[in-house]
Amino acid sequence: MKRIIELRGVSKAFDGETVLDAIDLNIYDNEFITLLGPSGCGKTTTLRLIGGFETPDQGDVVFLGERINDLPPHKRNVNTVFQKYALFPHLNVYDNVAFPLKEKKVPKAEIHEKVTEMLKLVKLTGFEKRNVTRLSGGQQQRVAIARALVNHPQVLLLDEPLGALDLKLRKDMQQELKNIQKATGITFVFVTHDQEEALSMSDTIVVMSEGRIQQIGTPIDIYNEPENAFVADFIGESNILDGVMRQDFRVTFSGHTFECVDKGFEKNEPVDVVVRPEDVDIVSKDKGMLQGVVTSVTFMGVHYEIIVDIGGFKWMIQTTDFVDVDEEIGLFIEPDAIHIMKKSEYSGMFGDYSSFSMELDELSYAESEPDE
Amino acid sequence: MRSRNVRSQNALAHKLARAPYGAWAALFILVPLIFVAYYAFTDSSMHFTLENITKFFTARSTVTADDGTQQEVRTYMVIFWRSVRLAVISTVICLIMGYPIAYIIARASARVQKIAITLIMIPMWMNFLIRTYAWMTVLQDTGILNNFLRLLGLGSIHIIGTESAVVIGMVYDYFPYMILPIYSVLAKLDPKLLEAAQDLGCSSFATLRRVVFPLSLPGVVSGITMVLIPSISTFYISQKLGNGKFFLIGDAIEGQYVANNLHFAAAIAFILMVILLIAMAFMRRFTDSRVQGGV
Repeated sequence: MKRIIELRGVSKAFDGETVLDAIDLNIYDNEFITLLGPSGCGKTTTLRLIGGFETPDQGDVVFLGERINDLPPHKRNVNTVFQKYALFPHLNVYDNVAFPLKEKKVPKAEIHEKVTEMLKLVKLTGFEKRNVTRLSGGQQQRVAIARALVNHPQVLLLDEPLGALDLKLRKDMQQELKNIQKATGITFVFVTHDQEEALSMSDTIVVMSEGRIQQIGTPIDIYNEPENAFVADFIGESNILDGVMRQDFRVTFSGHTFECVDKGFEKNEPVDVVVRPEDVDIVSKDKGMLQGVVTSVTFMGVHYEIIVDIGGFKWMIQTTDFVDVDEEIGLFIEPDAIHIMKKSEYSGMFGDYSSFSMELDELSYAESEPDE
Repeated sequence: MRSRNVRSQNALAHKLARAPYGAWAALFILVPLIFVAYYAFTDSSMHFTLENITKFFTARSTVTADDGTQQEVRTYMVIFWRSVRLAVISTVICLIMGYPIAYIIARASARVQKIAITLIMIPMWMNFLIRTYAWMTVLQDTGILNNFLRLLGLGSIHIIGTESAVVIGMVYDYFPYMILPIYSVLAKLDPKLLEAAQDLGCSSFATLRRVVFPLSLPGVVSGITMVLIPSISTFYISQKLGNGKFFLIGDAIEGQYVANNLHFAAAIAFILMVILLIAMAFMRRFTDSRVQGGV
């Protein structure tokens, strides 16, 4: 695969506060790559460095083998879909999309042809003369995409473009963006804090936290083989336990030694163990590898989300079987449901559901919405 | 039922709260305007007449040009067009100087913005007559400017009593009224729009031309309105800085008023008002269609 953009040891600080800490990242041709992380993790800054709106303090931004640290945005073959679209309010839909072409002095007939083609791509044919300020959020979004794509950039940068849309529209746009990416073959660099969005759209996910890249991989890799507790917690739900690797394929946690599929650790090395809530089977107490008491049950539609107290550690389990609060149950965990991670700075910070409440979870997401 | 009572009580309270303002506006805005119109269309015995209006358009007098030739002209039309010309020149100068200043201030840090805007507003706290007198001492043949030029060995220039002096006075007086509305529009401009323009291939200058300027038009128009209209009707500046040689429409109104020709003074004021209202309506229309993107 052709490498289009490389970030080599890029660091950036604002007012003495490090926002990016020696980032290394390769972005390949025709790839849908997502920068995922909570507010303040540096994902938007990374995007702005590629777009040319920031210059790195250290390190290099390389475009097709050429260092472009100081190249201004208008000379980069990269376009951006901004968070709140940034459409020009004094221009109508057609003129917004035609804007970059007019700057390049493209002949009128060709502009007409390209704008028409782009509006067709984003399903806004017939909206040419509309005032952009009177469009719905989803329509404005489409205009922004058409405007950014009309020049056929080599890379399209999207800064949380779906953040302002309601859930239903967001799902539709996710699918559509993916289709547009496939149809045009343009590399998309997508920034989001929504892990579901990242999992469903991306070829590659870059998980970021505190200005550093935590993991780069396909959605399946990131979900099944998280590299540390931060990634395991941020992507999906995880029970993260302290464990000890007895030997290859043998791990002890919660007072029981399990068979697992991981190896290559030192004998008796302390590790973090991840068990996804959907990978735990509920069995009768005597047949379980672990025993616990159900402390809460929440009906989620497709499944129940239950919290089980096992020796003081609260597990989250997703099950379609009904259990009652205060019921004593047994847990059965298959070897391939257990994922072992090396200890990291994030160990012990995540993965215990003792203070879990849906409301809190939503609150913390709402707080992380605003732009960093 | 109860909430309804509360609401109607609220409505009454609102009305009562508005009443003093309404009375105030009527007394100090509406009534004077009615008086102006009334006086404009009556003679000294308070009978209806159009004489004052027609006098404005037809009154003739003889003027002596600099080369000694004499010419008969329509007195007030000449004065009116002179006022318009000087006001337009002043407005254009204010715009050309004011726009870049407003732009630079709007792009500066919040602290610098505050200081700059305060500095621009400070002269507005002083009476304009005092400021005009100050300009007299600056521009006089033996004034500060010429003393300074002589000090530099550049010789002196005669500027007091010329149209330039009048324009300088007007520009100085109305300059803040050009900067402030443009600044307030530019300061509110979403910086993302500038980034979007750059992202889409615009150099800094192209960004200014294609995005910043069109979006700042409402500010430009209100700046033009706020400078053009008071400078058309300005008085005293030309008397003091133009040595009375450039009689303007404002001076004409004042002159007639001082000479106790209240009815004719009212007629000139009335005509000026009507012309300005038409001009303003025309300008509004022009900008509305521009700002709405011509839909």
